[in-house]
Amino acid sequence: MNYLCLIYDDETRWNRMTEAESGKEYGEYGTFTESIQSSGHYVGGNPLQPTNTATTVRVRNGTVSTTDGPFAETKEQLGGYYLIEARDLNDAIQVAARIPAARNGSVEVRPIQSMG
Amino acid sequence: MMADPSLSLEDVVDGLYRTESRRVLATLIRLLGDFDVAEEALHDAFVVAMERWPAEGIPANPVAWLVSTGRFKAIDRQRRQMNLHARREELARAITDESSVQPLWNDDEDIVDDRLRLIFTCCHPALSADAQIALTLRTVGSLTTEEIAHAFLLPAPTLAQRIVRAKNKIRDARIPYEIPSQRELPARLDAVLAVLYLIFNEGYSASSGTTLTRADLCAEAIRLGRLVVELIPEPEAEGLLALMLLHDSRRAARVSADGELLVLDEQDRALWNRDQIKEGAQRAERAIRSGRFGPYTLQAAIAAVHAEAAHPDDTDWRQIAGLYGVLLRARASPVVELNRAVAIAMCEGAEHGLVLIDELFARGELEHYQLAHSARADLLRRLDRRQEALAAYAVALALTSQDAQRRYIERRMLEVRQRL
Repeated sequence: MNYLCLIYDDETRWNRMTEAESGKEYGEYGTFTESIQSSGHYVGGNPLQPTNTATTVRVRNGTVSTTDGPFAETKEQLGGYYLIEARDLNDAIQVAARIPAARNGSVEVRPIQSMG
Repeated sequence: MMADPSLSLEDVVDGLYRTESRRVLATLIRLLGDFDVAEEALHDAFVVAMERWPAEGIPANPVAWLVSTGRFKAIDRQRRQMNLHARREELARAITDESSVQPLWNDDEDIVDDRLRLIFTCCHPALSADAQIALTLRTVGSLTTEEIAHAFLLPAPTLAQRIVRAKNKIRDARIPYEIPSQRELPARLDAVLAVLYLIFNEGYSASSGTTLTRADLCAEAIRLGRLVVELIPEPEAEGLLALMLLHDSRRAARVSADGELLVLDEQDRALWNRDQIKEGAQRAERAIRSGRFGPYTLQAAIAAVHAEAAHPDDTDWRQIAGLYGVLLRARASPVVELNRAVAIAMCEGAEHGLVLIDELFARGELEHYQLAHSARADLLRRLDRRQEALAAYAVALALTSQDAQRRYIERRMLEVRQRL
């Protein structure tokens, strides 16, 4: 079963880091990604550009409206995701707990709804 | 049991339903992988039993027969619905795949494991606390949805909805039906024990609801506690069972004839349930001796010291103060500090306890906690500092919302005023 792990973190934390600190954390993501690739959990995943690059799109009565910024202003922002294949929720939780952001921010684990 | 000729078949089936239906359900949930399908199968199995047993006789192993019959009924039902619900093919495959379900129900170990799996699924931390409680009582316990709703003062549809949502999450997020690995077990067992203690406390707190259903909740929590201890002999599980038994042993003495809530030293100790105290104290002691105990065991040990005193004056307060000290190190909390302060007041003098409570207040702890002000007032009363005692009781009175507690404080205030 596939689960989407949505990574929420305070994105300003990255701005406050020294180069060595952020380099270390990138390294941790690299190691983590490799480990779930070799364990067969990895399906996909990407970091996202910060929320100041976000645009929210709505269509109302056929008119497209676009606004600057994310859908909701929150303390922690969606900063990336992994799509994983896991045996069950317990297995998915084990994987999510090893995502580096779980230590500072949080990881939301959502089962993918299979269509048809 | 089956050979008793004085029992009608209906009595036998009723008895089986009461004692074994939760076990049969637990195994059916594992085999069928779906709570609702399993409940339907359980129901079908009992219907078939009533149809066939009069002619065929009661099978040698009725539990195995019920599991087997329920499973085949579910397969049958599934086959008939296949065309309508093609998306449930996966389930149909799971329940018709013979290789995945052998060996099954003749093995008592498996059936025991099934109930344990079910408890861990119902108390999974991915479910909300409310959902964990409702699902555990409904699925592992033997209460009906209506009974649970009544005990928690909720409309039955609200509670039913809660259970439906929990079952849906188990299915959709694929919460597994398994006993956690050794590494996860301590944390997951804590979650199970927390659910049982919440159920017990809901039953024990006399704040609301009818006495009858409240007592049912306590009995159910104790029954489930016994089951967990039987299945996972961990000291903290036994400690929790001991704690619940010891608290519950005082049930009959906690309320006076005119409905007043009585504190420990006002209770008629002849009304305490001696058998429960004996069992609780033995279990608490065994858990303590394991050396791997936690907060439930320590609280049980404290309750046991109280329970073993024939008269309030015989209470070994020094031991209680010591146990609270250990509990503080295991789980620091201002309420535990308060309890320790009261125990110290009892063995070393009220003034010593008063100093500790005033320290708590000075740190900004428990300022809005009624029992802290009420305990402080009791100590001032014992030190004969009557005006200060009255002032402290007044603060406690302003903070309480429970009628029984209000009446208790007013009783104390009257006593102090009469001595002014």
